[in-house]
Amino acid sequence: MTKSIARAAVLFALIAATAYLAFNYAPIEKSMGVIQKIFYLHISCAFSAFVAFGTCFYANLRYVFTREPKADWLSVSAAEVGLAFISVVLVSGPIWAHPVWGIWWTWDARLTLTFVLGLLYLSYLLLRSMIEEPDKRALFSALFGIFAFLDVPLVYFSIRWWRTQHPQPVILGGPGSGLEPRMRVSYLLMWGALTGLLILLLSARYKLEALRASVEDLRREAEVR
Amino acid sequence: MALFANTTVLLGKELRTEFRSRELLTTTVVFILVVIVLFSFTFDPSVGESRKFGPGLLWLSFLFAASLMLQPCFLREQNNDTLSALRLAVQDPFSIFLAKLSANTVFLLLTEVLMLPIFAILYNVHILAVFPQLVLVLFLGSLGVAIPGTAFSAISAQARMRELMLPLLLLPLLTPVLIASTEATSGLLAENPGLRIDWLGFLAGFDIVFLTALWLFGEYLLEE
Repeated sequence: MTKSIARAAVLFALIAATAYLAFNYAPIEKSMGVIQKIFYLHISCAFSAFVAFGTCFYANLRYVFTREPKADWLSVSAAEVGLAFISVVLVSGPIWAHPVWGIWWTWDARLTLTFVLGLLYLSYLLLRSMIEEPDKRALFSALFGIFAFLDVPLVYFSIRWWRTQHPQPVILGGPGSGLEPRMRVSYLLMWGALTGLLILLLSARYKLEALRASVEDLRREAEVR
Repeated sequence: MALFANTTVLLGKELRTEFRSRELLTTTVVFILVVIVLFSFTFDPSVGESRKFGPGLLWLSFLFAASLMLQPCFLREQNNDTLSALRLAVQDPFSIFLAKLSANTVFLLLTEVLMLPIFAILYNVHILAVFPQLVLVLFLGSLGVAIPGTAFSAISAQARMRELMLPLLLLPLLTPVLIASTEATSGLLAENPGLRIDWLGFLAGFDIVFLTALWLFGEYLLEE
């Protein structure tokens, strides 16, 4: 208990420090101005969200083939944490877009993909809440999760061919892309801090799910007696 | 070979069940008609406007109709306790899905082809010259709806609030089908009609991806 509080405190200090760096150490971007600072949070959260959904897909596959309850706990934790991160992405995006593009939202490939991804995992969590029996819930939600994740590249490419406005990748985007060194330090630190947050949230949620499962087991045992 | 033989028999059963009552087909046709008529009040359906919005609303009405129509597909088996009998009767459980999704594609295609002339008359679009190409788009699109739709009908049959769950699971997943079918249809309804091979290829790709997924994971969907 104290251990996890200590971990959370360290992480909080790290996020505060990187936020300070992002505002005071990294230079102000030339064309966008101070609003570009949102980029550090926006991209790092998007990355965490995609890692979480990837983890959910892995856990879904694992559950279908091994039927370990642990895999089910991991998949529900990853879906919830991913949804939390993607909500930050979906809120911070428009705040950035309004001064820069002049509009809050545009139906561009990456924006729409993020939105549809959020909707798919929202449906995933709703489906879980609608199936009572734990084994059935785990199996059928895992199967839905697999189908939903397979849809992600298809959604992306369909919208990309259709229309696109989101800025081209700045990091790893080919020649001419890249970050100013001080920006890169701030970005990498923020990325590290939020990946840490992802792990912390995931493990806390996983423990909670494990406790819930054992409570459910105990309740059943009590009912049988 | 057994897969093919089992599928044909099961498909015959699905088609017979439906054509005896025609409940599903009639209600779906009326539902699409209602949606198409209601949509006409949301904008001025002149020739130019219809070209712009027509294909999208047509496909949206098909998707909504499908998400309701696919509902009883597995629910019927569950209510009559016939699912385990079905599983025992076939060698490969995939044939159950193959039969059901083929039947669903046939039903969807039938209602769509039936509604197309009515849509064309109400919205002043010309479809006669491009009818065969349009049917090809409808076929690939309906297959794209029916494959995940049949799989999710097996999932939603297990849940509470299943009437709401199926559209909720299915519709966001069908985003690529909606985009590709709408684009292909607009290409055919444009002033200079042309077949959009790229979008047809995309639809075929979507169908193949989910058919493969269903082939791999179908047997788990039938567990009780």
